[in-house]
Amino acid sequence: MSFDSDLLQQSPDRVQHSFVLNRRELLKLVGAGMLVCAVDGQAIQESGRTQGGEAERTPHDIASWIHISPDNSVTVFTGKTEMGQNIRTSLAQQVSEELRVSMNTITMVMADTELCPFDMGTFGSRTTPQMGTELRNISAAARDLLLEKAAERFGVNRTQLVAADGTIKDQSNNRSVRYGELLQGQQLVQLIPDDPPLEPPEQWKVAGTPVAKIGGQEFVTGGHKYTSDLSRQGMLYGKVLRPSGFHATLASLDAAEAQKAANVTVVRDGDFVGVVAPDSTMATRALGTLKAKWNAPQQISEKELYDYLRKGSAGSAESGERRGRSNSHEQGSIEVGMTSADRKIESTYTVAYIQHAPLEPRAAVAEWNGDKLTVWTGTQRPFAVRDELAQAFHLPEKNVRVIVPDTGSGYGGKHTGECAVEAARLAKAAGKPVKLQWTREEEFTWAYFRPAGVIDVRAGARKDGTLITWEFHNYNSGPAAINTQYNVSNQKIQYHPTQTPPLRQGSYRGLAATANHFVRESAMDELAHAIGMDALEFRLKNISDPRLRAVFETAAKRFGWGKEKPSASHAFGIAGGFEKGGYVATCAEVAVDPKSKSVRITRVIEAWDCGPVVNPNGLKNQIEGAIVQGIGGALFEDVHFANGRILNPLFSSYRVPRFRDLPAIEVEIINRKDVPPFGAGETPIVGLAPAVANAIFSATGKRLRAMPLVPNGLQS
Amino acid sequence: MAEILLHVNGADHDVQATDDEMLLYVLREKLTLTGTKYGCGEGQCGACTVLLDGRPVRSCHTLATSAAGHKITTIEGLAGNGRLHKVQQAFLDEEAFQCAYCTPGMIMSAVGLLASNPKPSHDEIIRGMNGNICRCGTYGRIVAAVRRAAGEQTQTKAAISDSQNAGGSL
Repeated sequence: MSFDSDLLQQSPDRVQHSFVLNRRELLKLVGAGMLVCAVDGQAIQESGRTQGGEAERTPHDIASWIHISPDNSVTVFTGKTEMGQNIRTSLAQQVSEELRVSMNTITMVMADTELCPFDMGTFGSRTTPQMGTELRNISAAARDLLLEKAAERFGVNRTQLVAADGTIKDQSNNRSVRYGELLQGQQLVQLIPDDPPLEPPEQWKVAGTPVAKIGGQEFVTGGHKYTSDLSRQGMLYGKVLRPSGFHATLASLDAAEAQKAANVTVVRDGDFVGVVAPDSTMATRALGTLKAKWNAPQQISEKELYDYLRKGSAGSAESGERRGRSNSHEQGSIEVGMTSADRKIESTYTVAYIQHAPLEPRAAVAEWNGDKLTVWTGTQRPFAVRDELAQAFHLPEKNVRVIVPDTGSGYGGKHTGECAVEAARLAKAAGKPVKLQWTREEEFTWAYFRPAGVIDVRAGARKDGTLITWEFHNYNSGPAAINTQYNVSNQKIQYHPTQTPPLRQGSYRGLAATANHFVRESAMDELAHAIGMDALEFRLKNISDPRLRAVFETAAKRFGWGKEKPSASHAFGIAGGFEKGGYVATCAEVAVDPKSKSVRITRVIEAWDCGPVVNPNGLKNQIEGAIVQGIGGALFEDVHFANGRILNPLFSSYRVPRFRDLPAIEVEIINRKDVPPFGAGETPIVGLAPAVANAIFSATGKRLRAMPLVPNGLQS
Repeated sequence: MAEILLHVNGADHDVQATDDEMLLYVLREKLTLTGTKYGCGEGQCGACTVLLDGRPVRSCHTLATSAAGHKITTIEGLAGNGRLHKVQQAFLDEEAFQCAYCTPGMIMSAVGLLASNPKPSHDEIIRGMNGNICRCGTYGRIVAAVRRAAGEQTQTKAAISDSQNAGGSL
């Protein structure tokens, strides 16, 4: 999928590409030292043509910069957000590797719109392949420049100089100079080409190792300040009155009682109503005294969902809705393929709406200074939130600063700035800084959801295991990883977005790659059974990509695939695929209780390949986490809704994976050092649901075609 | 509004609290002990876990007034004399977190569990920790951390493989 269409899927917000930086202001902030930005050669020429040779406008394609100060400390500026993926650590490792400085001299300044270059957002598993590569480039080029300066200073050929641990040594006579000393208190800005020679992964000494999470101690002592932990001088606490249902308008409001309460401010602005008070308990109490009447339109309910999604996509082929265009891929002839197939299947699958439920609900602290606004908030897209704020309050972008403290997770669920806008609105009315943290119920209701979908699949194979025809229609859940990874000469694959989905929907870890893999890999299992071939053998017969084959073979070997005969208490499933540069194969073992019909996932083996591994322990953690999170969507997570209301907006009514759901998990990582690195935050989740569904079929002969598979156990 | 005396992490604090005010908010907003987190407000996720006289409780569901006179320990009160508590150290050693928002509550629950059962079995850890949610899915590592803190030799990988008997009925 192209970058743009992926982004459209990821978020409903407009895209803001422009980026202006006043370099003098930046230098004031960072002080003396060397600031290194990587740009392409063309951009260097363009910026060099500006007045007086001093470029005020930094080229658009700068995504990060690093600063080396006279005291040898290194500061890296990137717009990426840390929310548990461990990129603060893995990016610093890459800088350490290429710049040849120790990890503890590096400070990562992340996701601050005033200090960091524009960044589209932290999503799409792009941090490692794009930002990581960019930082490696900058760091390598910076090291190159420093070597050049040292060669000048020593009056020697640079080939006899070696950079290590922030110091350049002259091997011929043991002279050395620290990076910072080479700068001699100057302020240097270096625009450098973006293709310096990089250290090959085989040579990595810091990258490629299991460096512990930066600031780990802060997290285990409660010292780390998430947005919801921040405090400002004179700060008040806000609460927002929520409508009776989606799309409701405020008919009347009686706020008399709240207005009588001491120190409480009631804010009304159109349909927006909120309160501000000195502590959150007072704010909640005041909110409870508001008497509002809402006009809520009639809306569709869960029981009509799948019909609605299918019908609602009619005519969408030519539409270009913001949330995602339809797309289509066709080759050969489905009908010809069906005629020549020995065995055929035709099935409809469904995928429910689910919620990210990040443990830190949306939070923001907003502070106004005249017409300048600063908002701390946990978002994956700080610059988009800045723009949202600028638009909401009719401010120029430069008057708005968004700062993202390391955040209590997102999983694709924190792309938007609604909480930031609300906090800023309350703070403006109160004339004081305001903190707003959404409740769990608000997070479950007023955030957005992973799209529900209906997927039709029609396919055929020959008895010898050749996949011959493949027709696949995805209604609404999304186009990510919709194309099949198997060789098939006749195929028709289409995504049909529903024009007006019943719930607000947006990105979720892996997007529709989970839904599309669930259906594709279940259907492949159906076909394998139809022709009487082993599920792994059938897949391998139709795969030509050696890396995909390798993950399947690796997972199967470690799992002991095909060694045991399945029984109800001991049944096996396999699934896998490729998306966003990552290859995954998952084997699952399930046990079905003959009496209660409950299903347990007892063992999961996952093989993974995303190229050279930057931090093996961090990567393993991501894969394990994706498997566990995947269990929720696979087995029981399901947003219930009726007529514009969410019916299960609490952890007591919305079941998420817990300790007791934990299977034995083994992860096998294929560390490919001969290919470029890719991200791993998302794709490790896609194999779990189909592997489990296939294992349940193997246990019971029952083909489950709806995610979640067993919200109430298996009903016979 | 009444003035109550809270004994938190070894120190006495006079605080103003109303009858309906939960301990979580007094800790976070009045004593600036923000290590204790809000996650759900209904005692379902465990992010707000603190120790009350050594036993884990959900501070989002504990009235501040009812905590007066009891010994309250929060995540900020675990480390002493410049040394991390063994459970904190074990979480670091196993890297038993991702976003780590659940971590303070996890650690407090684990400390409470080990106080009542110093050598818990795997199943006892699962049962003892089941009220705490980690949305990043680091449960296997947390189990390993609890075992490590209990004095067992663990490696992350081995600990995860050991959890074979786990799983939940639906």
